[in-house]
Formats: sequence, structure tokens, C-alpha cells
Amino acid sequence: MCNNKVKDDFTELKHIIDETGHEESALISILHKTQEYYGYIPRQAQGFIAHELKIPASKVYGVVSFYSYFVEKPKGKYQISVCLGTACYVKGAADVLKRLESELGIKFGETTPDLKFSIAQTRCLGDCSNAPVLMINDKLYSKVSPDEIPLILESYKEEVSS
Amino acid sequence: MIDFTINGIEASVEEGTTILDAAKKYNIHIPTLCHLKLHDLNVENASASCRVCMVEEEGKNKMIAACSTRVKKGMRIRTDSIRAIRTRRMMIELLLSDHPKDCLICPKNGKCELQNLAADAGIRSLRCEGERRVCTIDDDSFSIIRDMNKCILCKRCETMCNEVQTVGVLTDVGRGFHTVVGTVFDRPMHSTTCTFCGQCIAVCPTGALTEVDNTADVWDAISSDKTVIVQTAPAVRVALGEEFGMEPGTVVTGKMVTALKNMGFDYVYDTNFAADVTIVEEASEFADRFKNGGRLPILTSCCPSWIKFVEHNFKELIDIPSSCKSPHEMFGSLAKSYLAEKLGKKPEDIVVVSVMPCVAKKYEAQRPELGNSGNSDVDIVISTRELARMIVDSTQDFVNLPDSSFDRFMGQSTGAGTIFGSTGGVAEATLRTAYEFLTGEELKEVNFTALRGFEKIKETTVNIGGTQINVAVASGLGNARKLLNDVRDGIKQYHIIEIMACPGGCIDGGGQPYMHGNTEILTKRMNSIYNIDNKKHIRQSHKNPEVLQLYNEYLGEFYGEKAHKLLHTHFYADRSEI
Repeated sequence: MCNNKVKDDFTELKHIIDETGHEESALISILHKTQEYYGYIPRQAQGFIAHELKIPASKVYGVVSFYSYFVEKPKGKYQISVCLGTACYVKGAADVLKRLESELGIKFGETTPDLKFSIAQTRCLGDCSNAPVLMINDKLYSKVSPDEIPLILESYKEEVSS
Repeated sequence: MIDFTINGIEASVEEGTTILDAAKKYNIHIPTLCHLKLHDLNVENASASCRVCMVEEEGKNKMIAACSTRVKKGMRIRTDSIRAIRTRRMMIELLLSDHPKDCLICPKNGKCELQNLAADAGIRSLRCEGERRVCTIDDDSFSIIRDMNKCILCKRCETMCNEVQTVGVLTDVGRGFHTVVGTVFDRPMHSTTCTFCGQCIAVCPTGALTEVDNTADVWDAISSDKTVIVQTAPAVRVALGEEFGMEPGTVVTGKMVTALKNMGFDYVYDTNFAADVTIVEEASEFADRFKNGGRLPILTSCCPSWIKFVEHNFKELIDIPSSCKSPHEMFGSLAKSYLAEKLGKKPEDIVVVSVMPCVAKKYEAQRPELGNSGNSDVDIVISTRELARMIVDSTQDFVNLPDSSFDRFMGQSTGAGTIFGSTGGVAEATLRTAYEFLTGEELKEVNFTALRGFEKIKETTVNIGGTQINVAVASGLGNARKLLNDVRDGIKQYHIIEIMACPGGCIDGGGQPYMHGNTEILTKRMNSIYNIDNKKHIRQSHKNPEVLQLYNEYLGEFYGEKAHKLLHTHFYADRSEI
């Protein structure tokens, strides 16, 4: 994942498209690979894909906006997924999310300006007995209370600076 | 044939027939909303998204959408069961639950298909008052207002924009409840490759897509101390009567002129006059390119939507369109020069209003290069629909108005100027004049019938002075794209190409009275255009006495220096990167 790739001349993206195919049906595969490469799907890249596939840019944007998997903004180094499944919700996941949002100064779906953290909503992570749970990248945190949030975040901030 | 029953009637239809069409055959009226079938254009929008046409199949649990389900053998369909009636009613109520209730001040008030459905179903209260989508209104363009709060996601506009016009501006954005018909990166229309053809407005069942209303600007101008001049396009006179309940295709030229004079316009003129001027210039330009080895084919440039389409999509062909301004722009330019002199007025004290079947003309009038010494050629553009509203506002009984004639100097026109309103008309008018310009001989047969009608692409070959001149005509931007691809790739060679953005030409413009899917209306409008032409004594533009007077007294030579300054323009390739 490298965010200054956007400024390049789309050589790699051109390569991805050539490999995947120039048919309209290849669009979703191309978007997956584009997101893998950039970490998100920049708008300039959407314009480039439209041009290469000879389809309107509105169509590419329509598909990107439809699938929640595709994102138009860079994701943070640490992706925080807050489970909002039934069990977690009942055990106060909404308060956990609210605290996270206020600590980081962003809403779910957004990324901090320093590109360290993004917050995503997620449905059941399969650990209901430990609700509410959240995940930061691959690490699971169980029975999280809102007051624990600053401490959890602090450990990542230190890790980043070290 | 497929045998089935509908409401207990033994019935039979051809294989592949939808339940909706089958019901029509047996005089059963199933309400629809998203469905739109434009027979003459071969266009069908059957997205089945509104669910208003639900019917019951006896013995089945699931209700089915009549517009998109084909009749199967042995089906027992009920459109009149209590269950079917209640389901359709619920669908309408659900649509209304996420729809604004400000119908009284909606631009579509009285012409809204959703409003009609609710009225027909006798909805008096809503059982489900749910969440509402809130969208920002896009009123940044000069032509089209998008109020997605009023959108019911029928996708008719997307069908027109993507399949018919291949402009590709409108698309579904987002998902689920938050889906909207949007644009690339949610840009306002004026920042997209939209050509403002207005075909989306023409098919929108609600007030989600409407024209920018400039009627207040016209009233302001009339009540000012400026000299206000109005011109009317050829396609307006064969459609305006519909707004007053007259038979489609009724020619209302005389009543229209009377109405405009009664409204307080100082002078009432005819865009058909300017169409004749356009032909004199365009035929001269063609003759010049033809004789002197200039680039051919020459493409007509009367349609602003088409010009914007070329600018976005065919950069390599940007020098092919005729440099002629469109007729109403030529009119404006002459009104503020030639006519200003005749009337003893300063150009800045004149306001030119155009009544057009078109919403793209609103955008065109704002193009900065279309003017002289800081004065725009045309100041205000209103559509046929807007004119009808103004006539009603000014308390006129349109149907019973007496006839009046256009004013002197720029009011006379030939049959050639008239047919500009229909697909094929500009090419035919060009041939009628170019033939005589190139050969110096009189043209015996002025009717080029091969160029008439609704066919997508029409072609003919005309012998002019021993040379076979190939002419092609396309209407609808999708057809234009096909034609131009062939020209660009060298597959087809033509001398003259006419293109109009709207299928059928200006008679089907985005500013015309709503047809609600009844394309027979278009045929009637087209027939009337050719009837006017037939009845004219003079049917060639270069024989229009007022046009000749204009050149003798003011412009000098056809296609000369002064004509160039006032009547010609230039185009810009690639106006946006996406």
C-alpha cells in the first residue's frame, strides 16, 4: 500500500488492466486489483480505468459506490473494526464506537489525517461470548469498555513512533 | 400463441408478450410508473423497480410485476383481485412515504405521473411514514435541475442517457435505501459531459428532473424599459397547442404570435428566418469546402447538444462541423446589429428571448463566445412548456386567439427554414440551396424524401453537377455516435451529415410538451412540419426576400467577411478530462 502511487502515470494500473482484460465484464476484477495496489481506489484511477475500458466514468464510479468493500479514501495503517452484531450491540458496542470516534476525531468509514487509524463497522466476528469486541488489524480485543479505548489506542501510537 | 386467462377471460397472445401488453390487448389497464415504451424509437425501460404494476397469479403465493413478466401457458392472472389491488396500493404508499409532499409548488404539479397514480388510487392517508432520503438539489447548470429528493429510481433517465443517447452521465450511485441517480463523483451536471439534450427531463415521471425556469426573467425584461424581442423555433408551433388540449400536430403559428404580442413583447420574429440565413451560410460553406478541397464531410451545427457531444467525444473531428452559429444565435446576433439599426436602438438596449423546444439552448446562450462586443446574442431562452405557462399566466384563452403575423425584417421564412424542426430537415434544406449554388441551375424537385422519417440513420445520394453527393442524417446521439465512428474510422464517406441530438429532431426536444410515452404525437408533429413546408410558395432559403434584403442592405456577400463576424463561431475540443 503506497499512497503516493496516485501521482504516477498509471503504468502499473495499465498493466493490471491489460492483464485482466479490456471488456466491461472485467471491471470488478480490475477494481479489486486497483484497491490492492493503491490501498484504495483513487478518482484519477477510476477515470483512467473508464478510459481504458471505453465506458463512462460514471459507470465505474457507480460500481465503486455500490460495493462497501471498495473505498475511495486511503485506509489507515491500523484498521479498527467495531462489531455491531446483535450480541455486541446489546453489550454496548455503540458506546465503544462513540468513544473511538471522539478519541480519534473521525467517524466510522473515515481515516485520521495522519493515515494511522481508520474505523470500520462490522457485523458478527464470531466471539459473542466476549462481547463487545473490536479488532485492530488482526488483533482481537474482548469485553471492551469505552474507558479502555484511550489505553488501547495509546499502545498503537507508541508502536508507530518507536 | 400462448393460452392463459386474465381476470377469468380466456386469452391468447404471442410468445414473449409481457403480462402488461397482454392486458392491454384485452382492454385491462394495469397502472405503471417506471415502465416506458417508446415504440418509434425502439426503446423500453422495464426496470421493474417501482412495483406498481403488481398482479396476482392464482395459486401462487408471490405477486408478479406485469411489465417484466412474460405470459406463460396456463397462467391464471388476476389484476382485479382484492390482493392485487391492495398490493398495488401499498406500493404507491411506499413510494409516497419517501417522497416530498410539496406537490403544490413542484414544477411537475399537474403533470406528474406519481401524483396521477396517487390520485387514481384515491390515496388519502399514508400508513407508513418512514425515513426520507435527503439530497442536495443540483441547480448549477443553465438547463437542468436535478432534485433527487423526488426521484423514484425508475431509471428511465438512465435508459435515455446511457442507451439512447450514449452520453453516460447518469448512473446509480450508492446502494440500498441510499441509492440515487447520480453523476460521476457526484458532480453537478455542468461539470460532467452532459450535453443538456434534456431527454432525461422528457421521460422523468416526477419532478426529479426539470428544466431551469426562466419565465421570471422574461417578465422582468418585459416590464423593463428595454426593447424586448422574441423569436420562436420551428418545432414550437406544431407542439404548443398540446399544452392547451389541442390535437397534437395542430399548427398554431398565428395564435402563438398573437399570444406573444399580447404578453408585451415589442417585436415577434421567427427563428425560421434565421434558419434560412443558416442555410445560405452553410450551403456556401459547403460549396467553398467542396470546390476548394476543404475537409469533408461538413456536419451541421444547429444543435448545441450535438456540438457539446462532439467537443467531448470526437476531438479529432472538431474542425468538421460547419462554423455556422445555430439559427437562434444567428438571429440574436442580427437582432443586435442589423435589426438594431433598422429600429434605431442600441444593442445593449435590446433583450433577445428565444422560445425553443430545447433545454440545451439555455446552456448554449451562455457560451461566452456567442456574442459581440460584450453583448450576448441571446439573453433568455424559454422552452415550449414555459411559454405555455406564461400564456396561461397572462390570462389568455389560447385556443380562441385570432391569428397574427410575424413582424417585418426578420419574420419571413421559407419551407426550408420550417423543416429545421425535424430530423433530416437541415440536410434537405442545405441540398435545396447547395444544388443551385454549385450548379447555377434551378432545382426541379425540392423534396428529398429519403431524408425524412424516424429511421435512425438515413442516407441518400444526390447528383449535383455530375458529382454524387453522399448525405447522411442521424437523430439521437447514440445513432450519431455510430455514424461518426464510421466516418472517423474511414468506413463511410459522406459529403454532408446532419445530426440532431433528440430522436426525431427538435420536435422531440427536451423542452417540448410531455408525451408520457405516446410517440404517435411525434409523428403528428413531424407531419405538420412538412405540411407547413408544402404550403409555402418559396421553399428554398436563398430565395427568402427578407434574407436577400439582409444581405443587400447589410451583410454584403453570402459567407463574406461581415457574415463571418456575425454568423460564425468556433468550437472547443475536450472540455473536461472525464
